[in-house]
Amino acid sequence: MGHEYVPEIAIDRDGNEHEVQGWQGDFYGGKLGFWLFMLTEVMMFGAMFLALAYYNTLHPQDFLDASASLNRLLGGTNTVILLISALTMGLGLLRMRAGDVKGAKLMIWATMILAVAFLVIKGFEWTAEYHHGIFLMHDKLLPESTLPFGQKLFFGLYFSMTGLHGFHIIIGIGLMIWLLKRINAGKVSTEHHILHWNIALYWDIVHLIWVFVFPYYYMIGAGGATGGH
Amino acid sequence: MSKTYFDETHCAIGHPKSTFMQWMLTIDHKRIGIMYAAVMFVFFFVAVFTAFAMRLELFAPGGQYMDGDTFNQAFTLHGVIMIFLFIIPGIPAVFGNIVMPLMIGAKDVSFPRLNWFTFWLYIAGCCIALASLFIGEGVADTGWTFYAPYSMNTGTNVIMALVAAFVLGFASILTGLNFLVTIHRLRAPGMTFFKMPLFVWGIYATAWIQLLATPVVGITLVLAILEKYFGIGIFDPAKGGDPVLFQHLFWIYSHPAVYLMILPAFGIMSEIIPTFSRKEVFGYRTIALSSASIAGIGYLVWGHHLYTSGMSDIAKTVFSFLTFFVAIPTGVKFYDWVATMYQGKIVLSTPMIWALGTIITFAIGGITGITITMIGMDVHLQDTYYTVAHFHYAILGGVVFLMFAGMHYWFPLITGKMYNETKAKIAFYLNFIGFNLLWFPMFIAGYYGMPRRYFDYLPEFEIYHQISFIGAVIFISGLIYMFWVFFKGWTKGEATTPNPWNATTLEWHLPTSPPPLDNHSKVPYVDFDPYEYKHGEPVVKFNYETMQRID
Ligand code: HEM
Ligand SMILES: [Cu+2]
Repeated sequence: MGHEYVPEIAIDRDGNEHEVQGWQGDFYGGKLGFWLFMLTEVMMFGAMFLALAYYNTLHPQDFLDASASLNRLLGGTNTVILLISALTMGLGLLRMRAGDVKGAKLMIWATMILAVAFLVIKGFEWTAEYHHGIFLMHDKLLPESTLPFGQKLFFGLYFSMTGLHGFHIIIGIGLMIWLLKRINAGKVSTEHHILHWNIALYWDIVHLIWVFVFPYYYMIGAGGATGGH
Repeated sequence: MSKTYFDETHCAIGHPKSTFMQWMLTIDHKRIGIMYAAVMFVFFFVAVFTAFAMRLELFAPGGQYMDGDTFNQAFTLHGVIMIFLFIIPGIPAVFGNIVMPLMIGAKDVSFPRLNWFTFWLYIAGCCIALASLFIGEGVADTGWTFYAPYSMNTGTNVIMALVAAFVLGFASILTGLNFLVTIHRLRAPGMTFFKMPLFVWGIYATAWIQLLATPVVGITLVLAILEKYFGIGIFDPAKGGDPVLFQHLFWIYSHPAVYLMILPAFGIMSEIIPTFSRKEVFGYRTIALSSASIAGIGYLVWGHHLYTSGMSDIAKTVFSFLTFFVAIPTGVKFYDWVATMYQGKIVLSTPMIWALGTIITFAIGGITGITITMIGMDVHLQDTYYTVAHFHYAILGGVVFLMFAGMHYWFPLITGKMYNETKAKIAFYLNFIGFNLLWFPMFIAGYYGMPRRYFDYLPEFEIYHQISFIGAVIFISGLIYMFWVFFKGWTKGEATTPNPWNATTLEWHLPTSPPPLDNHSKVPYVDFDPYEYKHGEPVVKFNYETMQRID
């Protein structure tokens, strides 16, 4: 850290001593900071859900129809994958706190592999949709196509939100690689694991957002359709 | 002589030999604040000269120096710089950084490296904004609000302006986050929330807005970028999208952003008034809590920007009602300031004169704001110069003036020198007179129907624009003169003591002026209120060796 921190003492009028909280090694502060940052993620996705809800009330039937055409099998598989990855991430943190650095690393690797699997499946989904003419700047989503407005909006938002969520997954993988490096360098350890803690929190939020994205996009149309393309 | 933060610094990476690199890599909150100020005021003057070009064009009816398209780009550039590069980050980035940690007895902000990163993120945002001037069809011509659908169709460089605003917004979020954690974690022992100086309260309320509102506009801008690139259709009527949704999402942020500008400015006022009245502030708690409630209510009133965009009558009425509601905590603050001055030993130093001047200009800005809160009035005055005059009175005559007040107030703290009082006062009068001459006629012109964002007008409005032009000349001369006085003060001014104003808050109880690298050499225990005066003298005194009270 360069500058070592020696806790300072302030003395009140009665001569009692009070420890001064420094910014160095403030575990609680680091945690609080990251929680606040995650709050901004929630606000950001919240605004998009607001837009989604607004258009949903304008075009309820179009939304159901569009949703029915999504691939619930792949989406559902992805949901399960993400839930398991949240579990492995959490277990990794528990391992780390228990002093089992090796086990922690193993769990982080597992999470990373699951995250990649998620992206691969997502890739398949998007490719299939592309072949159906449904993609940004592609046949059915062009202004001149005859697809109903509601469906165009649905897919526009679908690609924006799943795309942004996928982007978060990629960032998450990057963070985990970084975390592993820090662990190997001894910078993250049983005593100093704030980074691990925060990345686990990040991953929790990422999976939590998906838990809302999935029913909103994939499930609302489930009743009316035969599923899949 | 102990070393000050000008002699020494902590760096983000290693410890380079060259002074220049030491500044570039510094993680010292005081140096970072100074760098923000330097960059911001450069941009401020760029925007001022853009504004001057507009005033020159408007001096007479008809086109003189620029055509309509250039004029559109000029007011967009002016607005984008003033709002996103200057006044939104403004007071928090400068004084929040420099004095807030000193006020709460902290050695630095909670995440000094993040602070350093945030500064460079801000610089990156500025560079992107500037680059949009030269790339493609030039800077955006949409106005700083980027309203869809026009912004979706114009050929100018809207995408870059949007990206710049997004990056700057991100920097703003990180600043707010850093300050929130700092205020929660690093207060000196004994300093409860209700023993914090009022400026810290202002920063605290602001930080919540930065944190909670900015992501909403962030994602709005991202959606607009995606829409322009990939045609996702959310704001595009050709695909069933709703342009008014853009306005809603935009103002959900941008109205709270108005409070994000004004709350820290009110914080500066709340420091200056008790110090120069030599009296404990009246209604400390109501001032503190009104900041918090303004921040809260401020979220719910965005709709008053959409009266003319199509909204149900019920929604309009509700928004109008809620907007009136914000006036209450604001009024409480004004009342408290005046009550603080009442029977105080008022010292008319330059910071105090700026504060008093601002009470007048901001009151005009606020009262004219109430008139356009009324739906009927607003339908008439929307997009006229009345509105332009209103927000310049509120932002320039409120926020920017208080920023100047703060610059005079904390000048001796930051530099260890004193500026020339007489000259600084002359600068104030030039600014104050010039400002009123510049904007007051515009209320009248607007009331008679002079529309905003027009580069040409009917001859009957000529007289107002000409008075306004003269005002602009005086005002801009005043600005330049004021900065010259600062410059002279910094280079040639007399050295000051650590507490030249007889102020009571912690940032004035430092061992040296300017402050040492590690701020308070020892952190005091805070068992006193922030503004304790007795017979016009500060009550609390310290032994600067041990930082224990000796009164
Ligand atoms: C030297 C002082 C200033 C002068 C002479 C000036 C002048 C102007 C003028 C002539 C316009 C165009 C009005 C129109 O045609 O609608 C304008 C717009 C604007 N000004 Fe200023 N201004 C000054 C300072 C400021 C400051 C300090 C701020 C904010 C911090 C500010 C914020 C704005 C904004 C947001 C707009 C609206 C831009 C738009 O329509 O998109 N101005 N100003
Ligand atoms: Cu507003």
